[in-house]
Amino acid sequence: MIDLAVVGLGKMGLSHLSMIKTHPDVRLVGVCDATKYVLDVLAKYTGVAVYTDFPAMLDQTKPAAVIIATPTHLHAGMLRQALERGIHVFCEKPLFTDPAESTALTELAAEGNLVTQVGYHNRFVASFREVHRLLGLEAIGTVHTALAEAYGPVVLKPAGRTWRSQRASGGGSLYDYAAHPLNLLTWYLGEPLGVTGSRLTTIFSAQIDDAAAATLHYPAGTAQLCVNWSDESQRKMTTKITLWGAHGRIYADRQEIQVYLRDTAPVPDGYRIGWNVRYTTDLTEAPWFYLRGEEYSAQLDAFVQRVATGTVQGDNDFGSATVTDRVIAAISADADTEPPPLDASAAAVDPAAGNGSRPSLPGLAGTVRQRARAGVRAVQDRIRK
Amino acid sequence: MTALTSPPQVMDRLLFGDNQFFGVNHMSEEKARAQQMRFQDIEAVMAVLDVAYDEGIRTFMCTTHDRIAEVCRLVRADPGRYAEMRFFPCMPYAHKYANAITDEGFLGAIRRFLPDEGLMDSVVRGTTSLARKDIEGVSTLLIDAELKMFTGLATPVIWMQNVVTDLLLGLGLTEAFRIFADHVHQRYGAEAGFITMNLPRLLDALDAAGVANPIVCANINKIGFRMSGGVEPYVEAMRTRQFRAVAMSVLASGAVPAREAIKWVCSLPNLTSIVFGASSRANIVATRQLVDEFWPADPVR
Repeated sequence: MIDLAVVGLGKMGLSHLSMIKTHPDVRLVGVCDATKYVLDVLAKYTGVAVYTDFPAMLDQTKPAAVIIATPTHLHAGMLRQALERGIHVFCEKPLFTDPAESTALTELAAEGNLVTQVGYHNRFVASFREVHRLLGLEAIGTVHTALAEAYGPVVLKPAGRTWRSQRASGGGSLYDYAAHPLNLLTWYLGEPLGVTGSRLTTIFSAQIDDAAAATLHYPAGTAQLCVNWSDESQRKMTTKITLWGAHGRIYADRQEIQVYLRDTAPVPDGYRIGWNVRYTTDLTEAPWFYLRGEEYSAQLDAFVQRVATGTVQGDNDFGSATVTDRVIAAISADADTEPPPLDASAAAVDPAAGNGSRPSLPGLAGTVRQRARAGVRAVQDRIRK
Repeated sequence: MTALTSPPQVMDRLLFGDNQFFGVNHMSEEKARAQQMRFQDIEAVMAVLDVAYDEGIRTFMCTTHDRIAEVCRLVRADPGRYAEMRFFPCMPYAHKYANAITDEGFLGAIRRFLPDEGLMDSVVRGTTSLARKDIEGVSTLLIDAELKMFTGLATPVIWMQNVVTDLLLGLGLTEAFRIFADHVHQRYGAEAGFITMNLPRLLDALDAAGVANPIVCANINKIGFRMSGGVEPYVEAMRTRQFRAVAMSVLASGAVPAREAIKWVCSLPNLTSIVFGASSRANIVATRQLVDEFWPADPVR
């Protein structure tokens, strides 16, 4: 039995609390939030021990593990307090707004041999897992082109007073939306060499981006990011991934995976040349408790099992989430650069380095590293402000 | 405190659902979008409801989506045409609350959806209940706000949506089930229904809350899709527990062929109703015929 505490009772925190409280291997020892009303209702009707002081909860309830579902800018401090006490942590995404904190706290967790996990739930969606499995089997060969998208109806009019409307506290479509498809891209394709062509676009929000676009560069090709959370045509958030390789194409969303395999492909068991469609309904095991999608239950169960077995490395550990944070920071920094004027575009292509099939980007990796460092500084400046 | 006992409703065997009208499809986003396009105009929705009604399927189990208010208006306007039409509203329409909690926090979301017509009753129930941390006043106000669109229509069963049922179930706020059941009985003369993805666990909680012989709707399908804990505990619950089972997602979003799916679910013990969605006359008729074939009329019912 694992003693576990939860901090942050917003939408994600309440749903995590509801699921984890029913887990057969977990005993809930405390919940913490700044909103006294929610705490009082929970205490009155469910008898759980409630706290408004996070360190006090950790010291008094001595949990083996904690779920952190507070606004992003509070993550670093709370994670440090938990990790320094030897407590395993599950933390909502995105992990940090400053990748330097990612590195420091990843090291702190590693020193303590502690389990870490970040709530990138898409890695627990059956269709997206199947994509990962197929790439591992090299079913479509090396991916040369990718498209990662997320759309939804979050901000549909000028408004915003909460932490989500502040970039420095982890709000904005880049942090809150793009993080999901980017996390899938880094899972599928690894860490990119760099990013270019990034733009953060304001549609309705005063201080943050409502749409984001970028190109991620890999040794074998590129991936396009396109997200927009001011898209009323979507009933709820949808995340989509499309990957092209020499042997075929894979499309996946939360519900299904569509795979086209050419006759050159090494065809995995159960697949065929041509179109293959698999549905979440076929690929998903029923969890012990269902609230809002099997993936949310599955990621918490994975965390509990890793804590129970002391498995430090696993899906969405801080190491992997840090890669996503780094890409987000690089996009944020790249978005601050001015686009080259239209008539100078020809000059951006270095004919000596290119093979004619795609424009080459001389000195790209170095440029992007510089930009990423600048981006970290920019984000730090914003936070200080 | 135990829930008030209502006279048990005679429920139709086949209930007509509304997922197809709002682009809810658990299998394919493309299909969901095609359905949204097709049902953009309320006339298209009504045309399908009319087909179902004329086939004898006269209970519409629907969300409290804004567009259902249009359906309500049309049904109210033509009482001759829809004399036997009954609504089983499912509330709340969760997306608007989820987005409001994100925007305004928990309390802000509650305040936003409280009725604003200034009724003394709302003011008293709302403010005293917020001050006492008493969930009864606030939650009954929210229920009333959601059900306003059904005024003047028959709503013999009122459902709590699964995302709310299961959130409360997980949190252990089971007292809320009793409050809901009492309120819909007292104020609307209706029976409470509970939609869940966690059937056996919910039955325990409803027992503990004192809601006797509850109406519970859950995914019940041959392949165990979204049946927490698997098929066996569900079938066991149907065999041994006192409740009225309404099966949804019988076809597991199309993963099981209709004939096989309906034959299987009709063979289960103590099934009360099946809720299904369809967009075409052919599918509505075919579903009704399959149910007639595998679930012969029971004179006692």
